[in-house]
Amino acid sequence: MNFELTEERQMLQDGLRRYLRDSYTPSIRAELKECDRGYSRDVWSGLAEMGVIGALFAEDDGGFAGSGFDIAVVFEELGRVGAVDPLIDTAILGGGLIAALGNDAQKPVIDAVIDGSVQLAFAYGEPASRYDLSRVETSATRDGDGFVLNGRKAVVINAPAADQILVSARTSGDAADRDGISLFLVSASTPGMTLRSYPLVSGGQAAELLLEDVRLGSDALLGDEGGAFEAITHAQARATLAISAEALGLMESIRQLTTDYLKTRKQFGKPIGKFQALQHRMADVLIEIEQARSAVINLAGHIDHPEEIREKHVSATKNLIGNVAKLVTEESIQMHGGIGMTDEYELGHLAKRLIMVDHRFGDAIYHLERFISLAVA
Amino acid sequence: MDLNYTHEQKAFRDEVRSYLAEELPARLVNKVRLGKTLTKQDHEEWHAILNKRGWLAGNWPKAFGGAGWDAVQRHIFEDEMTRASAPRIVPFGLGMLGPVLQKFGSKAQQDYYLPRILSGEDWWCQGYSEPGAGSDLASVRTTAERDGDHYLVNGQKTWTTLGQHANKIFCLVRTSKEGKPQEGISFLLIDMNSPGVKVRPIVLIDGEPEVNEVFFDDVRVPVENRVGEENKGWTYAKYLLTHERTNIAGVGFANAGLANLKRIARLEQANGRPLIENPHFAARIARIEIDLMAMSTTNLRVVSKAAAGQAPGAESSILKIKGTVIRQEINALTRSAVGPYAMPFASEALEDGSNLGPVGPDYAEAATAQYLNNRKLSIFGGSNEIQRTILSKALLEL
Repeated sequence: MNFELTEERQMLQDGLRRYLRDSYTPSIRAELKECDRGYSRDVWSGLAEMGVIGALFAEDDGGFAGSGFDIAVVFEELGRVGAVDPLIDTAILGGGLIAALGNDAQKPVIDAVIDGSVQLAFAYGEPASRYDLSRVETSATRDGDGFVLNGRKAVVINAPAADQILVSARTSGDAADRDGISLFLVSASTPGMTLRSYPLVSGGQAAELLLEDVRLGSDALLGDEGGAFEAITHAQARATLAISAEALGLMESIRQLTTDYLKTRKQFGKPIGKFQALQHRMADVLIEIEQARSAVINLAGHIDHPEEIREKHVSATKNLIGNVAKLVTEESIQMHGGIGMTDEYELGHLAKRLIMVDHRFGDAIYHLERFISLAVA
Repeated sequence: MDLNYTHEQKAFRDEVRSYLAEELPARLVNKVRLGKTLTKQDHEEWHAILNKRGWLAGNWPKAFGGAGWDAVQRHIFEDEMTRASAPRIVPFGLGMLGPVLQKFGSKAQQDYYLPRILSGEDWWCQGYSEPGAGSDLASVRTTAERDGDHYLVNGQKTWTTLGQHANKIFCLVRTSKEGKPQEGISFLLIDMNSPGVKVRPIVLIDGEPEVNEVFFDDVRVPVENRVGEENKGWTYAKYLLTHERTNIAGVGFANAGLANLKRIARLEQANGRPLIENPHFAARIARIEIDLMAMSTTNLRVVSKAAAGQAPGAESSILKIKGTVIRQEINALTRSAVGPYAMPFASEALEDGSNLGPVGPDYAEAATAQYLNNRKLSIFGGSNEIQRTILSKALLEL
């Protein structure tokens, strides 16, 4: 047993923590709220230069790391400062799927992702799909040499800034079939694709995608026709690890903020942290965050295991993270009192990011049910 | 034991129900159902409709222009209001200041202010909380120094709900620094248009400027604007708080929220079936509903005691804690119910006059904002921690 970080990962963590602490100043936070892109280009270039994006890809794909523990280290640090950079969308999902399915003509996109010059988004959810990856109604029909896409994609995070969007569409089968789902790499300027952009509660930007007779060449197809489901599931598993680690970083910062507040805020003549009722609740928060950390470690350690083992850990971790996120958010706001309700105070942004984690890649209830079915199987 | 309303109470309920069915504008119902931000005009319009019928001030005696209802009638009225998705009555003038003036105000104050509350000429806000004070109200630091026939007021209030709409504020101010913190406080009525009053909005985590900071910089307030005696304001403040704590359980809001949650869960699809058929989701709804059924009766037990003339004491703390926790759980589950459409930030679309349609289904739009906004329920009006302390002292005698 060894739960220490390797020397390389320790260096990555230290460097990234320093960089993010210096980058995420109050002024940049205020700037980001007003910005239509949803993230800072300067911070993004800095991340690329430091090799943070490269750390999310394997050597074969042009990166230098890419294991579960690398993902966990990077995203925990991003979470600590409440970073809004779309690394999950561009690198883990978009880049990860191109790495898994792309051909020689498509793979160079990964180099551009790693050097920070390209933004991606993954359009897979639909208005009626909720968290089911197989529920795809957007259609792709053969048209001579290429395809025609029609449908609507829901809450596509980072789409407004994306140069290229990965779109899932059904080339055969019925709405909930695993087989028959294909993946296309679509340039953001392709005729027939319209975006309705909007900000997110947790910061950053998303869009609804309307696809009306979007004509694509055969070179837009990623991987085999109708065979994208497995790769999508694996990419989502890695994204679930990333967002769970991010949630852990958010929890750590929120706990620190709240503990500091309990020490300094005085009421009825003493710091409120001296009241045993609050001490015990903070102790419970601490216990649950340690559980969250263990769950993230479990998932990181099993992320490239065979599907049936991996997915059990995906659901166990995401269920636990969802429950702890709710506890930590609600307790921290409550213990802060009124100040925790205000938008200006740092807790607001962190708490909103943490609570929104539950709405990506399946919430606690979805994963509880999925865990039960996987555990029985 | 009889769990049913009397004939008279049922007749009253039917009367309220049919008035609401006829007079409540559909436009306002729609805004309340979708969780849209109500404007000052919306509130004023609804207040005027209720006032026309004499129902705006259910808790006021008839002599002052109120309806003179007992606690059960008020409960029935509030229940019907939420059932019909009516805008809530803004409580500051009607529910809080009104009863204080009726009990402690001078004849001149009653004659001048009470009709203006009913007519909507004055919109009051509450100047109790101060930065750093929170639930410890007695630590008020805003000062009022005598200067001839005026007080000179200096200091700052915070968490002033809807203060941006108000032209009047009732305040606790310190007129003496001697004795215990509860002594030396006076209750002052201040015109917000006086020179030296400044209002600054505080944006909350749902993106709405619902509360404000109010600054007083050498504000001159006539002595006749003091309610009751100098340095006895704490007594009046405590009296006001007991009124603030009526309908503290929010059973009506919980029922409306639960109905909305079930409607959403029937419309949302999970795995190709309505979400409400998902056993894990259904179990969470059921747990809340079971709790709410019991809490409604706990509430009625307290209401019926109050109607019999026994002022609710520490029991209201039970209602505050249980009621807010249930409502917050309904909000949390509603947020879960709308799935990924909880993520778009809909602040602008919830404003009046916005021509932005909802990003997803219309019922999803306000789910996250309401969840975030209602975190306040367990914080304001004496936090739930304070309520537990009250319970352990008063009922458990610990």
